[in-house]
Amino acid sequence: MKNYKTIILSNQEISPGYYRMRLLTPGFSESARPGQFLMMRVQQSLPPLLRRPFGIFRTGFLPADCDGMPPKEYTEILYKVVGRGTNIMADLHRGDKVEVLGPLGRGFDVGDPGEEKILVGGGIGLVPLYMLAESLSARSKVRLLMGGRNRDDILAVTEFERLGVETYVSTDDGSLGEEGLVTQVLERKLDKFPSSSVYACGPMPMLDAVYRICHRRQVPLQVSLEALMACGVGACLGCVVKGAGHAEDNPRYLCTCKQGPVFRAEQLDWSRLGEEPGYCEGCKS
Amino acid sequence: MAVDIGGLTLKNPVMPASGTFGYGEEYAPFLDINRIGAVVTKGLSLKPKAGNPTPRIAETISGMLNAIGLQNVGVEDFIKFKLPFLRELTTPVIVNFFGNTLEEYGEVAARLSEIPEVAAVELNISCPNVKKGGIVFGTDPKAAHEAVSVVRRNLSKPLMVKLTPNVTDITVIARAVEEAGADSISCINTITGMAVDIKTRRPRLANRTGGLSGPAIRPVALRMVHQVVQAVKIPVIGVGGIVRPMDAIEFLIVGARAVQVGTANFVDPASMITIIEGIEQFLIEEGLKDIHQLIGSLEL
Ligand SMILES: Cc1cc2nc3c(=O)[nH]c(=O)nc-3n(C[C@H](O)[C@H](O)[C@H](O)COP(=O)(O)OP(=O)(O)OC[C@H]3O[C@@H](n4cnc5c(N)ncnc54)[C@H](O)[C@@H]3O)c2cc1C
Ligand SMILES: Cc1cc2nc3c(=O)[nH]c(=O)nc-3n(C[C@H](O)[C@H](O)[C@H](O)COP(=O)(O)O)c2cc1C
Ligand code: FES
Repeated sequence: MKNYKTIILSNQEISPGYYRMRLLTPGFSESARPGQFLMMRVQQSLPPLLRRPFGIFRTGFLPADCDGMPPKEYTEILYKVVGRGTNIMADLHRGDKVEVLGPLGRGFDVGDPGEEKILVGGGIGLVPLYMLAESLSARSKVRLLMGGRNRDDILAVTEFERLGVETYVSTDDGSLGEEGLVTQVLERKLDKFPSSSVYACGPMPMLDAVYRICHRRQVPLQVSLEALMACGVGACLGCVVKGAGHAEDNPRYLCTCKQGPVFRAEQLDWSRLGEEPGYCEGCKS
Repeated sequence: MAVDIGGLTLKNPVMPASGTFGYGEEYAPFLDINRIGAVVTKGLSLKPKAGNPTPRIAETISGMLNAIGLQNVGVEDFIKFKLPFLRELTTPVIVNFFGNTLEEYGEVAARLSEIPEVAAVELNISCPNVKKGGIVFGTDPKAAHEAVSVVRRNLSKPLMVKLTPNVTDITVIARAVEEAGADSISCINTITGMAVDIKTRRPRLANRTGGLSGPAIRPVALRMVHQVVQAVKIPVIGVGGIVRPMDAIEFLIVGARAVQVGTANFVDPASMITIIEGIEQFLIEEGLKDIHQLIGSLEL
């Protein structure tokens, strides 16, 4: 965990409204685990006041330059432009300075190598699944079910395929892959491969549906959640979600930034999670 | 750079504001905590407190709203789980606390008195969620006097009392608190505010209203610190919207003996270090040998 005062190596629009940003982060990849995130300060001046949380898509090395420069270690994020902060980010260029705090939070438990894995990504929720797929695909059979509203929301699928991951795409309007919800695909896959374990990230209503499917079938599920965050390190207690057994007179809040963002489904109180008000409105994914 | 804040000597006048630095350990990876003047911990109550429903935070221009609801682990778990980390620090630890009733204020104070690692306490009488007979302790001079008196009787350590800005005349409360035995005053806590999502037409905080903090509140905080400095003899600690060294220097000039940095920790975890270095640099540039030449040097 560190605050990196760093520069942007590249920042490109990869699909309408979605960007991929590559940052110079020496030492980051040794410590970054699948499912962790970073907090980015999008510019030195204020506003925007707070840093923005983003999942770590991948880390890697750029080969050594011909002019003898050593290999450069980088971190990549994928983001959707939704508001003030991400609009500023979309205008940044190679060489611009940003600050990132990370890697933060608890990532995925990679589980038992024997069992088959199903990853479910909704839109930008695909981000934390790439590093997970990287570490799982060497040991397990991995299938990625990727859903979105339309074809623009489907990102980086070929990169997953390159890892040997079997990918299935569905869109609400049928503009790419099959028409329908990613949860319908999940039901079918679980019929065929009932002993898989499931990892999911996406908008809350999707996670809620995934939870109900997995719960009914007694399939192990881990989810990566989003929450409004101010600090990202467990200091402000702004990012909490209701834990299992939560009640008005017995509140049990879990800190998304520190105890999450990845939770085992049974850690959470799902009774009202799907209708939580707030930032998820009009869903960003 | 050393200053005395009512019986507690700090090596420099910069410390975190309660609730924005957790229990210290959350920020240990990002800065050398022993370099800051003191650590101020998240507000404690006798029993653990769960806090408010979500969403608890909302960003506004140059400020954030929070309605955390004083979620904390409670005194006993603080001693068991948080103190071991704090004990290892060389910089003093100031514990912020509050009670739900007068009796509770007294009880927490007595318990904290017994703990040698606690150098001083900061009494929060400004919590909007904690009320006595419908009145927030910090907004009524008589209730404030009573709460501080109870704590004073039960406490053998330097006592800092934190004031709310949500009053008509902060100097009345400041004087009541001084008379009741406070050793220093920190001001201000957050300013009550609100934000609405125009699409859903719902408040952006589940609690509807929350406390505004960050650069947006600095001019208000500075004005109130200025007023309180004039009104009392005990040291005043300036809090509210401090982000850069020059912000802290402004507070020192109007007479704050020390400052607390809150929301800025979220933006840049090393901001307190930058502020300490910036004040040192300013003293050199201005040819001042002692920080006391800066404190209260306001020309009127
Ligand atoms: C752990 C985590 C990982 C994330 N990973 C990604 C990712 O990989 N790619 C991506 O595109 N987005 C991701 N998000 C969502 C992303 O943080 C928000 O879309 C972004 O903060 C919006 O900022 P803005 O200034 O453009 O929007 P604004 O609406 O202007 O933001 C206003 C405030 O709300 C906060 N906010 C708004 N939406 C969210 C949200 N969904 N989650 C948390 N805070 C929010 C902002 O940080 C800011 O403080 C992640 C969120 C979390 C919590
Ligand atoms: C997330 C958050 C939690 C806070 N919790 C407490 C608390 O527990 N006790 C307290 O006395 N003040 C609390 N405060 C108020 C701060 O200590 C400080 O007075 C206020 O934020 C103004 O300073 P700033 O503008 O530098 O943030 C909290 C503020 C924030 C933003
Ligand atoms: S974002 Fe501050 S505690 Fe999680």
